[in-house]
Amino acid sequence: MTSKRFVLTFPPESTGEPITYNLIKRFDIMVNIVKADVSPGKIGRLVMEMTAPAKVLKEGMAYIRQQNVECEPIEKKIHCNEELCIHCGACSAVCFAGALKMNRQTAELVFEPEKCVICELCLKSCPLNLFSIDID
Amino acid sequence: MSRKRSIEEINEKIRSGKAVVLTAEQVSAMGKELTPAEITRRVDVVTTATFGPMCSSGAFINFGHSSPPMRMERLTLNNVPAYGGVAAVDAYIGATETAMPYDSYGGAHVIEDLIAGKDILLQATAKGTDCYPRTEIKTFVNKNSVNEFIMFNPRNAYQNYNVAVNSTSKLKFTYMGTLLPLFGNANFSTSGELSPLLNDPDLRTIGIGTRIFFGGTTGYVAWNGTQFNTGKPMNVSGVPVGNAATLALIGDAKQMSTRFIKAVYYEKYGVSMFVGIGIPVPVIDEDMAHRLTIRNSQIQTNIIDYGSGNFEVLGQTDYESLFSGEIILEGKKIRTAPLSSVKVAREIAEILKNEITEGRFLLTEPVALFPKTSGLNKLEIRI
Repeated sequence: MTSKRFVLTFPPESTGEPITYNLIKRFDIMVNIVKADVSPGKIGRLVMEMTAPAKVLKEGMAYIRQQNVECEPIEKKIHCNEELCIHCGACSAVCFAGALKMNRQTAELVFEPEKCVICELCLKSCPLNLFSIDID
Repeated sequence: MSRKRSIEEINEKIRSGKAVVLTAEQVSAMGKELTPAEITRRVDVVTTATFGPMCSSGAFINFGHSSPPMRMERLTLNNVPAYGGVAAVDAYIGATETAMPYDSYGGAHVIEDLIAGKDILLQATAKGTDCYPRTEIKTFVNKNSVNEFIMFNPRNAYQNYNVAVNSTSKLKFTYMGTLLPLFGNANFSTSGELSPLLNDPDLRTIGIGTRIFFGGTTGYVAWNGTQFNTGKPMNVSGVPVGNAATLALIGDAKQMSTRFIKAVYYEKYGVSMFVGIGIPVPVIDEDMAHRLTIRNSQIQTNIIDYGSGNFEVLGQTDYESLFSGEIILEGKKIRTAPLSSVKVAREIAEILKNEITEGRFLLTEPVALFPKTSGLNKLEIRI
C-alpha cells in the first residue's frame, strides 16, 4: 500500500462527476480529505491523501485527470528556497502537519513536503519569505 | 575568588599558537566528566555565539559632501527614512524603520544591501543655509562611496529571553514569530548554552571594550546595552531567569558579511535584523570554568502569554526541554520552535575558535566593567 498526498485543482465549471465517491467505490482507494476549498464558478482546490497499491493509485490519478481536474503530488506544489535558509526555525513553529521540523542534533531545518497540507502558514511565518505555493 | 590567570598570559599562549580553544557547547559536554579545576588546566578560551533577530540595531553613515554642500535634514535610503538630525551628512538608519507600516523592506534591508555592495538610492531635502546652500539631492551611494558605515546596535545579545505562547483563540503575529491559538506552539529565541552572556553571567570578563566577532568581522562592546537589567532573579546555577543583561555593540559594517547580518520581516510586526555575534570568554579561574560548563538543562526562562496583551508569566521551563521540541505547561504538551539559528551560531563559535587558535584574534581586558546593579524604569503617562 502506498499513501500519498495530492492537490486536486478543479476548473471553475463543475465537472458533474462525483470524483471522491468514484475513487472509493470504483478504485477502492482510501481517501482522506485534508483540506477543501471548492465552490461553483471558482477554481477549486482539494488536498487529499490517497492510500492504495501503487498501480491503483496511478489508475485513480488517470481517472481524476480524465475529468479535467489537475492532480499533482503535494511536493510539486510547495517550494522552499532552502539555499537561502538560515535555519531559524520560525516556520517549524506553525507547521502542525510536521512537514517542517528542526533536527535536534544539527539544528537544521528538515523539510518533508510530502507531509504538507497546504495550510500556507509557513508562507507568512518565514522571516525571509522563502516559501512559495504553486497554486492559482 | 582570586584570579588564577591574566588575559595577557592567555594572549601569550594565543600568540605562540599553544592556546586551547573550545566552543561553549564542547565545554558544556566536558563539564559532565571534568571538574572546573581540570577544565581550567586544560582550556584557555571558550567561544560563545548567537545569531538571532535583534531589533535594536542600526548603522551610522557619513555620505561625504556634495558640491555645493548640503545639510541633509530629511532623508531616505531606498525610500526608508533615516535620521538626519546628527550633522550635515551623517545619518543613522535604524534596522526596524520602514517607509510604510507593515512594509516588508526596511532599514535592515538597506543595511544588508549596503553590506552586499549594492547601490542605494539616497534622497534628501533641506531648508538650505548660507554655508550649506543645496536644498535637495537624489543620488546613489554604496559602501565604497560613503566615508563611514558603522554598525552601532544599542541592544544586542540579550542574556536569556522569554518563551512566547498564545492563550487566545486567534492566531497572533508577533516579534516572537507566529503564535498558534490556544497554546498551539511555544517560541523561544536564544542559543542556550552557547549564548554569550549566559556563559559569563556575572559579566566578569565581558565589559566595555571587549573585542568580539560582530557580523562577520571584528567588533567591540561599546557599552552596556539598553534595558540592561541586573534585577532578574538568578536560578541555582547562577544565571538569570528571563531577559536581563544586554550589550551595545559597534563595528565596521563595510567589513561585515551578509552571511551574518540578515534582514528579516515578521508578518504584521515588521522588519528586524539577525545579527551574528561571537564572544570569547577567557578561562581565568575555576569559577569561570564552572560557569562555562552551564548546560541547557540548567538554564530556565519564563513562559509568557503574548496573545492576551498583558504579558502574563504562565510558568517556567528550561532550554533542554525547549530544544527537545516539546514543553509541558499546566499538564499540556506544547510544541516548541526556535527563532534564533543555533546552526549559524555554531558556525560563528567555530570561526572564532579557529581565529583564536591560529593567533589572529587576541582577547581584551575590559576597559570598564558594567554596573553591578541596574533596574528598569517604566514609562509613566503624566499628562
